[in-house]
Amino acid sequence: MTNHWIDIKNSDCILIMGSNAAENHPISFKWVNEAMKKGAKLISVDPKFTRTSSKADFYTALRSGTDIAFLGGMIKYIIENNKFFKEYLADYTNASFILGDNYFFKDGVFSGFEPKTGKYNKDAWAFEKDTQGNPKKDVTLENPRCVFQLLKKHYSRYDLQTVSDTTGTPKEDLVSVYEMYSSTGQRGKAGTIMYAMGWTQHTVGVQNIRTMAIIQLLLGNMGIAGGGVNALRGESNVQGSTDHCILYHIWPGYLKTPKASLASLAAYNKKYTPRTNDPLSANWWANYPKYSVSLLKSFFGDKATEANDFGYNWLPKLDDGKSYSWLDLFDEMYKGSFSGFFAWGQNPACSGANSNKTRQALTKLDWLVNVNIFDNETGSFWKGPGMDPKKIKTEVFMLPCAVSVEKEGSITNSGRWMQWRYKAAEPPGSAMPDGEIMTKLFEKVRDLYHKDKNAVFPEPVLNLKWDYTSKGSFDSHKLAKEINGYFLKDITIKGESFKEGDLVPSFVYLQADGSTSSGNWLYCNSYTNKGNMSARRKKEKSGIGLNLEWSWCWPVNRRIIYNRASVDKYGKPWNKQAPVIQWNGSKWVGDVPDGGWPPMLNPDGTPNKKSKYPFIMKPEGYARIFGSGMADGPFPEHYEPLECPVEKNLFSSQLSNPTIPKYTTTMDTYCTCYPKYPFVGTTYRVSEHWQTGIMTRWQPWLLEAQPQLFVEMSTELAKLKGIKNGEKIMVISSRGEVKATALVTSRFKPFTIQGDVIHQIGLPWHYGWVHPKDGGDSANLLTPSTGDPNTRIPETKAFMVNVKKI
Amino acid sequence: MRISRRDFFKISAGAAAGVMAFGLGMDLTPVKSYAQTLKIRYAKESTTICPYCAVGCGIIVHTSKGADGRVINTEGDPEHPINEGSLCSKGAALSQLINNENRLSTPLYRKPYSSSWQKVSWDWALQKIALNIKHTRDATFTYKNGKGQIVNRTEGIAHIGSAALDNEECWAIQAMMRAMGLVYIEHQARI
Repeated sequence: MTNHWIDIKNSDCILIMGSNAAENHPISFKWVNEAMKKGAKLISVDPKFTRTSSKADFYTALRSGTDIAFLGGMIKYIIENNKFFKEYLADYTNASFILGDNYFFKDGVFSGFEPKTGKYNKDAWAFEKDTQGNPKKDVTLENPRCVFQLLKKHYSRYDLQTVSDTTGTPKEDLVSVYEMYSSTGQRGKAGTIMYAMGWTQHTVGVQNIRTMAIIQLLLGNMGIAGGGVNALRGESNVQGSTDHCILYHIWPGYLKTPKASLASLAAYNKKYTPRTNDPLSANWWANYPKYSVSLLKSFFGDKATEANDFGYNWLPKLDDGKSYSWLDLFDEMYKGSFSGFFAWGQNPACSGANSNKTRQALTKLDWLVNVNIFDNETGSFWKGPGMDPKKIKTEVFMLPCAVSVEKEGSITNSGRWMQWRYKAAEPPGSAMPDGEIMTKLFEKVRDLYHKDKNAVFPEPVLNLKWDYTSKGSFDSHKLAKEINGYFLKDITIKGESFKEGDLVPSFVYLQADGSTSSGNWLYCNSYTNKGNMSARRKKEKSGIGLNLEWSWCWPVNRRIIYNRASVDKYGKPWNKQAPVIQWNGSKWVGDVPDGGWPPMLNPDGTPNKKSKYPFIMKPEGYARIFGSGMADGPFPEHYEPLECPVEKNLFSSQLSNPTIPKYTTTMDTYCTCYPKYPFVGTTYRVSEHWQTGIMTRWQPWLLEAQPQLFVEMSTELAKLKGIKNGEKIMVISSRGEVKATALVTSRFKPFTIQGDVIHQIGLPWHYGWVHPKDGGDSANLLTPSTGDPNTRIPETKAFMVNVKKI
Repeated sequence: MRISRRDFFKISAGAAAGVMAFGLGMDLTPVKSYAQTLKIRYAKESTTICPYCAVGCGIIVHTSKGADGRVINTEGDPEHPINEGSLCSKGAALSQLINNENRLSTPLYRKPYSSSWQKVSWDWALQKIALNIKHTRDATFTYKNGKGQIVNRTEGIAHIGSAALDNEECWAIQAMMRAMGLVYIEHQARI
């Protein structure tokens, strides 16, 4: 979230699309209700009428996988009805930037596409540069090659009829949503979006979100209270685990995992440190080497020296252009590429797309380590449906771990609040906290490398700084301090003196010469000489809900990011009733500002040369309406899901996203317009269960409330198939099948798409064969191995199925 | 405040519909003061954050002062600014996650081609895993790729998980896996 949960109360219009917040993030609704009490409007857009929809001022449906068409129509409406916030758009976004001659868009494909590789050469999307090397601009937004005019042209194709024929949403409903939401383009008004996996789990996932980001920028809704682009993240610490980068492509703090072509630290830092020639651009990532070197110092401590490139080459490198993501990982596993595998606190046998492939992949392993609090479908895969243990070679270790209240440490919520948790009890039996298991395991590995004089490349194993125990036990405070970072020698920076061993007060003090460490620069400021900031418990008494002294928030306790766009060029808030920050003549007051530089203009209207543009993380300093870094095009374009019910994309002759990954094993099948699978399928969650159900299927209360897998369908579809409510039926895709109880409701309605009736069904993915015995299995047995070309998040929200009486 | 099964269903249904007002951190004024004295006499109180979704609701945990040191109650933290005492059905059932007879409590091992688990000691399990790691890493370690570029990695081991770990554990696990040379490192955020 660019904003945070409580901030939803400051909104004037809340769009919930791609999420069902009332059921899946129930307590978020406290703040939706709060906003509505003050007159805010709530819009719910979802293929199914949900409990979120039941609370909304306006609800309408769309077919799964057509969000860009829906929102593209909104962009057209905003521009053509002059609902955009021109001052914001011209001053703070790249709407004014002028595109070079090589950029064009033709019949669903952007310039630079290389059919052989299925990738774009993004050089074709470059801006025209002035003599200083900065993008040329036209702040009147009239130049026909400026981003704004090209945006207008691109979405002029998204007329109501074409959008409605694609989404199945009635035209008048589209207009109602567009009108309600675009009213927040007025100065002082705020609109917000609450989205979740309903937007990410598509082959156009990132572009779904970018379409909304473009709308938010057109309406001036970024950086302000009650605005922003807000991902409702689904796991208690998925924000923190992402920040600390348990992901192949990034190192903690969103630094890049080095590629094989970057042979030295200097080459690595040069590659990832952006440059600008514009003195008004803060270009925050210019600090990259300070963060990367400080991270290497946290990895390897004293062993990391300038002479050995701070241990840069001790860490593994990726091949250039190769993806090592989840889908690729299980594809390789299925092909037998791995001997060993850790499934730590996760149940991929139910959670990943195409679970049959995942389950078969596990049989190819020599050894599997599964750490969990309950038995689960991954650890016990060898005795699952269709498996013959006598034929499965995999050696399996199932290690019991503590639950959250049996250990001490922090987690980071969706609003980026890092909150400390305390230990309340001991784990059962000999179960141990995960940190304890890691520590003990790594000590044993290290011991083996110590003893073996012929060990292969032992340096990183032996040199990793691993002193995070106290009295023999994992000490989360020690690690929290390492993540924050230390001064490693006595030093004076910016006139302030620090001692060796002092905790670094904020990332502005980090250095690229090895004199500081920081395990994650974004968390620098979270645990300082003043103490553990995440344990703070002082509530805000009045104000807009920032709660600056409750817990801690990255970066540097800033509660609303991009907040320097919440003010005009004089530093006055667009909304005086809910100011995030304001300039008092000598400094900013309110939230921690996105940099302390003065406003763009002096009180007399002359430019202030000491100022910086508000979007400091972009080298050019402007928010990107034109996204030149995207894998699948600088403007979002509607493409059908890889499996879809239509033969034609009404917006172009390009049916699906040309850049998406596909896999080629016999277990990877994709069926579009295939009569055997005529219905659109989607997956979702219910309030009483969570993810694959490991943490909810074993609780009697929760299981009683939602005991088994169901498949929800419209009364029309049930009638067509002769299915009765409550009847056990099969749901089938080309990859698998699940038995489920039919739930016939009027919450799903048939869509009219391109003149044809299209039915959609949905089912939750919380179940698995281990427990309860008659509860059903994972809905991911049905979903395909394909995903977004930017993130490779699987397309589990739109796929093709059939339903069959048993 | 002990919640009965009946209370649970009544209130959690309301919370889900967005009409919770107090949710399971409900206003129990008539019984509150009595319950409070019991809690203080028999339990020590600590705070936690809900382990389910990422709203980050505050929860109070009461641990018995008795010899068993069990968690005897969990409830929404009324002081927490996000949830102000409210919890959804999952957060309200936290005590059943903690005190659950189905929890794994000892390491289990399944031999190749075996049809059953056997209980093993931590020391044995971790030693065997460490040997597996070393064996696989050393056998599959790649210093240079096909282009002759330094890569210093193993593609013989993969890792996933976890968004259920604390931040400090997340940092530790990625450091450990990267130090061992893994490149296939993923978790829930990817799906």
